[in-house]
Amino acid sequence: MLLLLVVLLPLFGSLLPVLAMNLAGRKAAALAAAAVTAIALLAALQPLLSVFAGKAMEVHRSWLPQAGLDLALRMDGLSALFVLLILGIGLLVILYAHYYLSEEDSPGRFYGIFLVFMGAMLGVVLSDHLLQLLIFWELTSLSSFLLIGFRHQHAEARQGAGMALTITGAGGLALLAGFLLLGHIAGTYRISVLLLAGEVVRAHSLYVPTLLLILTGAFTKSAQFPFHFWLPQAMAAPTPVSAYLHSATMVKAGVFLLARLFPVLSGTDLWFFTVGGVGLVTLLFGAYCALFQHDLKGLLAYSTISHLGLIVLLFGIDTPLAAVAGVFHIINHATFKASLFMAAGIIDHETGTRDMRLINGLWQYMPRTAALAMVAAAAMAGVPLLNGFLSKEMFFAETLHLDALGPVRGLLPLAATLAGVFAVAYSARFIHDVFFNGQPRRLPKFPPHEPPRFMQLPVVILVGQCLLVGVFPASTVAPFLALAAGDMLGGPLPVYDLAIWHGFNTPFVMSLVALGVGLTLYGGRQRLFAIHERLLPQIDAHILFGKGVERLVHGAKALTSAAENGSLQRYAALLLLAAVQAALLPLLTATAPLTGSVPLSPVDALTLMGALLMMAAAILVVVWHRRRFTVLIALSVVGLMAVLTFVRFSAPDLALTQLAVEVVTILLLLLALFFLPQEDRPESRSPRRGRDLLLALGMGGGIGLLTWGVLTRPFATLSGYYMDNSLPGGGGANVVNVILVDFRGFDTLGEITVLAIAAIGIYALLDNLCLEAGTVEGLPRRWADDRHILVLSLITRLLLPLALLVAIHLFLRGHNAPGGGFIAGLVTAVALILQSMASGIAWTREQWRMRYHPLIAWGVLITTVTGMGSWLFGRPFLTSAFGYFRLPLAGEFELATALLFDLGVSLTVVGVVMLILATLGNLSRRCAEARRGH
Amino acid sequence: MNHWIVAPLLLPLVAGMVNLLLTGRGIGPQRLVSLACAVALLAVSVVLLGSADSDTLMVYRLGDWVAPFGIVLVLDRLSGLLLATTGVLALLALLYALNGDDRRGHNFHVLFPLQLLGINGAFLTGDLFNLFVFFEILLIASYCLALHGGGAARVRASLHYVVLNLIGSALFLLAVGTLYGLTGTLNMADLAVKVAASGPDQAALLRVCALLLLVVFGLKAALLPLHLWLPALYGSATAPVAALFAILTKVGIYALLRTSTLIFSGPGPAAGMIASVLPVLALLTLAAGSLGVFGAQRLRPLIASLVVVSAGTLLAGIGQANVKGIGAALYYLPHTTWVTAGLFLLADLIARQRGDQGDTLTHGRAVAQPTWLGSLFFLGAVAAAGLPPLSGFIGKLLLLQSVAPSDGLWLWSVVLLSGLLALVVLSRAGSRLFWGSQGQRTGQGAAHWGRLGPAAVLLVLSVAMTVGAAPVSRYAEATAVQLLRPAHYIAAVLAAKEAP
Amino acid sequence: MEALAALTVAVLVACGVYLLLRARTFSVVVGLSLLSYAVNLFLFFSGRLLGGEPPLAGAATATADPLPQALVLTAIVIGFGMTAFVLILALRARGELGNDHVDGKGGKR
Repeated sequence: MLLLLVVLLPLFGSLLPVLAMNLAGRKAAALAAAAVTAIALLAALQPLLSVFAGKAMEVHRSWLPQAGLDLALRMDGLSALFVLLILGIGLLVILYAHYYLSEEDSPGRFYGIFLVFMGAMLGVVLSDHLLQLLIFWELTSLSSFLLIGFRHQHAEARQGAGMALTITGAGGLALLAGFLLLGHIAGTYRISVLLLAGEVVRAHSLYVPTLLLILTGAFTKSAQFPFHFWLPQAMAAPTPVSAYLHSATMVKAGVFLLARLFPVLSGTDLWFFTVGGVGLVTLLFGAYCALFQHDLKGLLAYSTISHLGLIVLLFGIDTPLAAVAGVFHIINHATFKASLFMAAGIIDHETGTRDMRLINGLWQYMPRTAALAMVAAAAMAGVPLLNGFLSKEMFFAETLHLDALGPVRGLLPLAATLAGVFAVAYSARFIHDVFFNGQPRRLPKFPPHEPPRFMQLPVVILVGQCLLVGVFPASTVAPFLALAAGDMLGGPLPVYDLAIWHGFNTPFVMSLVALGVGLTLYGGRQRLFAIHERLLPQIDAHILFGKGVERLVHGAKALTSAAENGSLQRYAALLLLAAVQAALLPLLTATAPLTGSVPLSPVDALTLMGALLMMAAAILVVVWHRRRFTVLIALSVVGLMAVLTFVRFSAPDLALTQLAVEVVTILLLLLALFFLPQEDRPESRSPRRGRDLLLALGMGGGIGLLTWGVLTRPFATLSGYYMDNSLPGGGGANVVNVILVDFRGFDTLGEITVLAIAAIGIYALLDNLCLEAGTVEGLPRRWADDRHILVLSLITRLLLPLALLVAIHLFLRGHNAPGGGFIAGLVTAVALILQSMASGIAWTREQWRMRYHPLIAWGVLITTVTGMGSWLFGRPFLTSAFGYFRLPLAGEFELATALLFDLGVSLTVVGVVMLILATLGNLSRRCAEARRGH
Repeated sequence: MNHWIVAPLLLPLVAGMVNLLLTGRGIGPQRLVSLACAVALLAVSVVLLGSADSDTLMVYRLGDWVAPFGIVLVLDRLSGLLLATTGVLALLALLYALNGDDRRGHNFHVLFPLQLLGINGAFLTGDLFNLFVFFEILLIASYCLALHGGGAARVRASLHYVVLNLIGSALFLLAVGTLYGLTGTLNMADLAVKVAASGPDQAALLRVCALLLLVVFGLKAALLPLHLWLPALYGSATAPVAALFAILTKVGIYALLRTSTLIFSGPGPAAGMIASVLPVLALLTLAAGSLGVFGAQRLRPLIASLVVVSAGTLLAGIGQANVKGIGAALYYLPHTTWVTAGLFLLADLIARQRGDQGDTLTHGRAVAQPTWLGSLFFLGAVAAAGLPPLSGFIGKLLLLQSVAPSDGLWLWSVVLLSGLLALVVLSRAGSRLFWGSQGQRTGQGAAHWGRLGPAAVLLVLSVAMTVGAAPVSRYAEATAVQLLRPAHYIAAVLAAKEAP
Repeated sequence: MEALAALTVAVLVACGVYLLLRARTFSVVVGLSLLSYAVNLFLFFSGRLLGGEPPLAGAATATADPLPQALVLTAIVIGFGMTAFVLILALRARGELGNDHVDGKGGKR
């Protein structure tokens, strides 16, 4: 439970500094942050003690069983060590940051993110579950993104943050894959269980990808070559961040992971060569580059890379002793590197620059800082009596007896010494260049002075540790080391002693050589720099990276816009191509014959002629499609043929509907054509026409075959039920109509809704639209605008009532004979339109001062409410009822709810059609008025 | 007889028509009606979600005609989940629109409810032709809403969208006609029975139906290569409309899932047709979407491409055609719907505060509320990129776990790489929109809670889905189990024959 | 007769598809209406071809299948709404984009 607190306190406590900042200023913010950290430390105390007592603490809660995702925390020696580092150094950094940050740095936000990062880091080291570890791992990447980019007004801060996130985030994804594989192999995500399954994992066929993926994750985080380059860029972060993330925590997450999974993954040649190799390269590369940095923090960054390489190499060497040395160096590096970063920050703060070519001879301005920094740097160089020396000695010792390398075994000690040489050299530069070497030149701030005492305190504490550990290793660090290393190896500890003097042995010689050569190397640095500048081309990995990303983005953009070229013709062609495949592939690859078993029905001459006419008309539509008035004639012929087809195959309702719809549609097209170009020159080039022709033929062929296949197959349908139940159940003899208003009345309700929406949409589309009349061959054409033929108007005025009567008749009989709501509605509409056509828009508008929106709404509502009526009788929506009544004169007739339903339908239809045509018809006039208005 | 199941259809229908009657009486009453409708819808769909979470399906016989002769509404876990997802989204999108976007065109408050009618109807109906009708309703409504606000870009994008979908509707009818011509029925449960029982001589024709439906629904779901229309349309639509449209692609995905697990699930000759083609196309869609995200120069098109990405991810899960895969997809579905919707609203807020720079991804004028918008963007980006700890990560985790590592190479690499691309691009976008902006920000243009609230809630829902991950994915897996046992569905629908 | 029906549908579909792929909005609209004729006929034929027997209840002999007729009726009406909408959208597009190209390409016309 306490463990949970240790992790959650910083995560949720992160809000406190923000609040404190807003309420009581920056001191309060710093205090809040420090308090949260301190409390977390207290909470960790009891678990720590029990770990020292030799028993690990753990909490385990189930979170998401479907993903095998639990909440599992466990503290053993290794994680205990890291918890101490994270919280201890965290506390010091908070204190330091309070003096470092200025008012406009908005400390509240800083501490908030800082605490989140701390919590995430604690989560990483305490996780007993792979996926949960990954979650915290990515959380560190995210929060470090915000910390590195904290001063986002500077471009390099933004770039550094982005790069760090990209690299570590990518590593995180690789890690996720690796963890999933590992969990799949071991059958569990629980690390404590997994640690016992080493043999199984290493023997598994998926071991190689698993290892490589996990290593990618670890190496990106720990800035190993070739993923190292984000770390120097991350130096754009405020120095407290660097002191924390790049010495003790973030970059250590990678090596922590290697240590954590050491018992599971290590012990194979692949491990030895990959981890060892990468570590070695990074060690040398980092050390070499560090020497040539002019930026104080740059030097420290590359030295960090190099020291991480050292630790990785030690783990790669894959002997218990090397592992112990690795853990030991983790501790030491954390202490001296944190103090060095802080010192660098102080110098930066006081002089206003970090360029070592400007900063010189600070000794006489800030002796105390100088002394502290020099001790820490000496530890970095591995000078005796300091902690760095001890772990370095162990490292040298380990490189000596390594039989795995066989003949070339001699190389490793050489390389190690070489790295030592560079380390001495750059440490020497850090000391000499900054604090001596003449007088400072053109410092932005001059003269520099000692920082406030409390800003120095953290440095003092850390440097003190370097000394203590260096002088009395056995009585200070030994127990921690033993505990951590022990739990890392998961086995018995090897024998080692942390004496500061092992006698005059080879490792000591190596150290001396490193010291001597290193100092001479630094002595001749001027020539060295010259050579470096001349020989090695200045390739900056991060610049390459930035360019690479940009190039990728442009590539993606080009590809995307090439695909989404905004051409409807392409999109439609793709869609139709897909459809053609869907229709043809199965038919062509079919094994069974396409033709079914049903005997064909004979063709009569009339039908044949009709069909031929229809096809001819359709083809003419294509041929004439550029002569737009002519094309309408052909199109209406097709429509009429469709009507006749419905008649021929016994569908009178369809025929009537189609006819009415036909009239309205053609009318619409005519009206619309008034506002569109009436002629059309050939546009598409012939290859495209060829493509379209192929698509058309493919589609036609496919659907034709489909029709043939369906029509020649035996057919059993539901319709018997409708025939039987239409009268008794629906109270109507016209089964089609009963289906529409009763059996499938819901479809009808939906369909009039579609009509209603279409009308509303059209109304909105035509609103404040003003179009020039269309043109013939570019010339504006004259159009009989409001003049109308008297005779026709008179006739239609007489016809109108008649038409309405017909409509009512159709409506009433619809339930039993062909007719019904739609047709009635459409007939009414058509009559009204003829009226307006003949009499001119203006006249009709006076006659029909009707707002069509309410008509539509009422239509749909009547239909809906009729359907709801059935609830009163506890029946489902749309249940119909009917009864027969006898009236004098009229005789017996039927009243059915269906009739009401149908009434709604026809009202909607009338409303819709009239709304559309009226708005379209008034378009020209409104435009004229609008133009006159201007 | 429980009538609640029709409420998700009748509420918006009546609300829409009442609002149509109210046109010309000022926008106030209309707003009230829409709001009441949306709230009621949310309440009802939550209730239905509760009652759907059992192994007994609710079947509602419209007109009291027994299946397969009448049209039935069916409520199972899947429809429950989608109704609830829509309910939440609709209310928040509406709340955002009430701040003035609803005035930017005609009849917003008529179209908005009717759009919901179409969506909910598609989720509930158990009849293939009725599904077609509801598709038409939601399409015509979406045509009008896409045009809401006018302007050349919207008109062009909508014209393409309309024409493509009219072709799609024709194909839909062809598929329905073929199915009817072969089986003589339209009820999906009945179709499942008949298709499973059909002989080898019908195999080829049934495959045609399956593939035609794949094309039709793929067009709606933005399945490659039928996704090309989407970025332009979603990128240009008015913010609340774009947010609402986040559910439209899911309707296509729903229809795909429904038909492939019901009609074409049986041992019939066309069994597993869709599932055999889907996985590859899904991964290609995912890749294409990620490419679009990566190359985007403005925020809205970027988010639109994220919609394509999510479609690919969902279909990749559904393509597994197993409990794990479908379960993962169904957990991912509400997450991705809400988060992309939230991002659309957020993008609008950002664009409003950056003046003439709008949503272009370049350094420039600072937004008025960097802290609010910045944190929300960070949240949304983490969720959308599928980074821990938010629901996006959990969804992807479930998806990755749904395949055995041995044969999941492609899925794993595509999903992980797309995640990386999203991470890179969103971090770039964020740092360009919120970091290092020139000129000090002006307090003006600061969004008030009316706009900020809905966006924030939609994005914070991702956190909720993380905390409540266990129950949600439990429900999702139960849904998947139910879908893979169509016998239940069929029995429930056709058993309604005997029921009084 | 079946062959004739299939051929008719095929020709209509082919013509419709070809026009759909043209660059001018008007041709596209015409193509769409041709396509919807074809689809309606197809849907209608899916109830098989039977002459002279309209589906009236209580008819002595077997009648034509009423269900496809109902479906087609619905399809016709929906199709009408859609055609009208896309036609007017084409007008609007000409207004907004200055010409009647489906992508608004080319000069004013």
